[in-house]
Amino acid sequence: MTQTTPPRTLPDVATLMRQVLYALLPGTALLLYLYGFGLLSNLILACLCAWGLEALMLHLRQRPLPPFLSDYSVIVTGWLLAVSLPACSPWWLILISMVFAVVIGKHLYGGLGQNPFNPAMLGYAAVLISFPLEMTRWPDPARTGFDAAGLDALLAGVFGIGSLHWDSLSGATPLDQVRMALHGGKSLVDSGMPLFSWPRTLGWNLLNLAWLGGGLWLLWQRVISWHIPVALLGSLTLFSGLFWLLDPGHYASPLFHLLQGATMLGAFFIATDPVTASTTPLGKILYAGGIGAFVYIIRTWGGYPDAMAFAVLIMNMAVPLLDHYTQPRVYGHRHRWLP
Amino acid sequence: MNRLQQLFRYLFPPHGLTLDGHKQVSTSREVTTLAASQCSVLYLPLQQHAGSKARLKVAVGERVLRGQCLTWIEPGVSVPVHAPTSGHVLAIEARPVAHPSGLSDTCIVLGPDGLDEADPQGLPPLPDYTQLDDATLRCRICEAGIVGLGGAVFPAAIKLNVKPDVPIRQLIINGAECEPWITCDDMLMRTRADEILAGASLMLQVLASHAPDGKLTCLIGIEDNKPEAIASMQTALMALTLREGRSPPHTLRVVPIPTRYPAGGEKQLIRQLTGQEVPSGGRPADIGMICHNVATARAIYRAVALGEPLMSRYVTVTGDGVTAPANFEVPFGMPVGELVRHAGGMLEPDCTLNMGGSMMGMALHSEQVPVVKATNCIRVLRPLPEQAPDITLPCIRCGRCAEACPMSLLPQQLFWHAHARELEQAEALHLFDCIECGCCTHVCPSHIPLVSYYRFAKADIRSKRTARTLADQARTRHEFREQRLERARRERAEKLARHKAAVKQSPPTERNIPDDSGTAGVAATPPPAADDPRNAAIQAALERAQARKAALTQQEPRESGS
Ligand code: SF4
Ligand code: SF4
Repeated sequence: MTQTTPPRTLPDVATLMRQVLYALLPGTALLLYLYGFGLLSNLILACLCAWGLEALMLHLRQRPLPPFLSDYSVIVTGWLLAVSLPACSPWWLILISMVFAVVIGKHLYGGLGQNPFNPAMLGYAAVLISFPLEMTRWPDPARTGFDAAGLDALLAGVFGIGSLHWDSLSGATPLDQVRMALHGGKSLVDSGMPLFSWPRTLGWNLLNLAWLGGGLWLLWQRVISWHIPVALLGSLTLFSGLFWLLDPGHYASPLFHLLQGATMLGAFFIATDPVTASTTPLGKILYAGGIGAFVYIIRTWGGYPDAMAFAVLIMNMAVPLLDHYTQPRVYGHRHRWLP
Repeated sequence: MNRLQQLFRYLFPPHGLTLDGHKQVSTSREVTTLAASQCSVLYLPLQQHAGSKARLKVAVGERVLRGQCLTWIEPGVSVPVHAPTSGHVLAIEARPVAHPSGLSDTCIVLGPDGLDEADPQGLPPLPDYTQLDDATLRCRICEAGIVGLGGAVFPAAIKLNVKPDVPIRQLIINGAECEPWITCDDMLMRTRADEILAGASLMLQVLASHAPDGKLTCLIGIEDNKPEAIASMQTALMALTLREGRSPPHTLRVVPIPTRYPAGGEKQLIRQLTGQEVPSGGRPADIGMICHNVATARAIYRAVALGEPLMSRYVTVTGDGVTAPANFEVPFGMPVGELVRHAGGMLEPDCTLNMGGSMMGMALHSEQVPVVKATNCIRVLRPLPEQAPDITLPCIRCGRCAEACPMSLLPQQLFWHAHARELEQAEALHLFDCIECGCCTHVCPSHIPLVSYYRFAKADIRSKRTARTLADQARTRHEFREQRLERARRERAEKLARHKAAVKQSPPTERNIPDDSGTAGVAATPPPAADDPRNAAIQAALERAQARKAALTQQEPRESGS
């Protein structure tokens, strides 16, 4: 006679990961509209690399392929990297970042569920440190659609061939411009930043709104809990609002921070990676609050154009501690801190 | 306002789970009483309760009568087993019983003779029970073999035997029945509400002396997915209040509670009804409460008022593989296969049998397993369609298990330590507060059988503890023995020394030669003169004593022989 295990009708890991992919669709569609072939190549290359490296690692670690390859978790990692890297990223850049993400970030730590650092962000941070030039050049959306010009850009960017010179296509992101302005001591208006230009700035805003939409759907589907997005966006708003109120001429507004760069992608898709986030409710809030703070600090005073990757990695390190000190009160026990 | 509440529930979801109850499957048919005398054979395990096995009073071949006690009544040690009908004891042997370990256990095999003759020496009915004192009532509850029928099968008399100085303010009657599929308590409340209330009043009577101000409250918690049961209980309560007059000594209340698994867990029910929590490792009595199941209350009433020992109970037969799912009043000992035939039999030959609900139940591997005091539900399940085996992925730390855990434990960390066999850490994370409700397993997206790990770890820790206790006892025994031997050696040596000294002392009366230990005190004293009157007196006394001793040794064999 064996104890039966309770029935399961709830989503499994593969379903959860699929839902994350669905939620990524609106933002991805917008990116495809803006960058055309440039983003398509990112996606295809990243997912191929991810899948291939995962299979290779599973084979080397002598794990069964089917359950692990079909859980979609590595596809989510690849997808997240594909939409984080600049469009038309060179193939070797994608490969290197995927090696860092899948091989070092995931499998060397023991595979699914064992990795302390967010694999996608580890891969992103690794190439950002190693190849800062390639990582800061987002192509001009006007030059990279689904047309002949886009194809030319694709060849130039991804494979380094063709008649086009890649540098002429790309430029800094608005976030980068703001940081440059601040570092140069200029005010935002003086730096000549086109605050409302399509598609440069508004494109980014729209993209963040698309991620936000997908993220809200995930919340509604209960794939993620509210703690991390709310705490992350809350703390980012708090810090940016504080400095903006002190000196609106120098510091960008909270709205700008919320709708630029990888804010929404990070808040709903990256920081919410369950494996590397804190697991207790209070722990999640502290973890995401910390990410929000670090994002603001690094964006404002750091040397990199965007900060999500570093902020997430830094807070990943604090997770064991957070988990330990934020354990909920068990039924029938007294509270740890309160009398 | 409602929106706000919804938002609040979304932000801070209550622990536990909302499950599909499958209750209506078995509540549409009337309850049928199955006669024990019609059974071909009854298997009565000696252990149907938490505690040690009952000791047999009957022998193979003996004829027993309905209601006859088949085991010795040992209050506080075991719970007696009664014969559900008259018949012969065919055998006393190990038979398959419902136990997760899958082991067999000693059963009395009873062959009913169809006469259903009652035992004239059985328990006499006590119709004027309201006049009885608590000791008499507890004695009756023990004699009638009543255990907690909610599933824990803890002896009811022991639970009601509160230490004299412990105040009790509330009696909780558990009618929540939160597990999916099970409806036996629901049907009991619909059909036997008055008996349940009478039983609850009896319990109040037993506990009355513990109430600090003489007043007890009885809260009957019922999940709000059983409106018929709630209505029936409320009607019966109203009738009771009218009968007892304007001011009943104690207050009884029927309290509907939200349907959320595991609302019927003792600790969860207490928190839901009173807002208080049972301290970890403690019992409800520590916070002035006693908790009993509705079926136990009814059994107590029948035992006291009708003199009927516990011989049957309501059992749900349900599942998607049975023809006519319904509730039955089943005599103990009936094989589950026979019970299922009473419900129309299986729809397909290869259905599986389960005991209990879908969350905490267990699979039965034999149709011969008897219905016992703990059996609340038999589920007949169609074989699952051929599908990929359930693959377990690693834990992705999603925290869903912690969100669902009604005890606010951290199942994923418990799992981590239980998996790594780090039992101390698991204990430090309050492994023993886990009530094995299965919520965590139910929600885990990686399909990890979490509860199994906890059960295993708990059993492991318990057996280690037992081994340690045994080792400690053995060590203490060994040390004690060593001490005893050492003392015996020492005493022998002392005696020897004294004897030696005495031997040395006596010769000088004849010879005045100091031996080699001439420095010894006594021997060194100058020999007393034979004509010393003191010496003569001592000599006389010694002779008298010797004579007496001789007389005694002669007497002794006679005395012991007589
Ligand atoms: S089985 Fe134990 S750990 Fe799992 S939810 Fe129930 S009480 Fe919590
Ligand atoms: S529900 Fe399962 S996968 Fe999620 S944290 Fe708990 S054990 Fe891990």
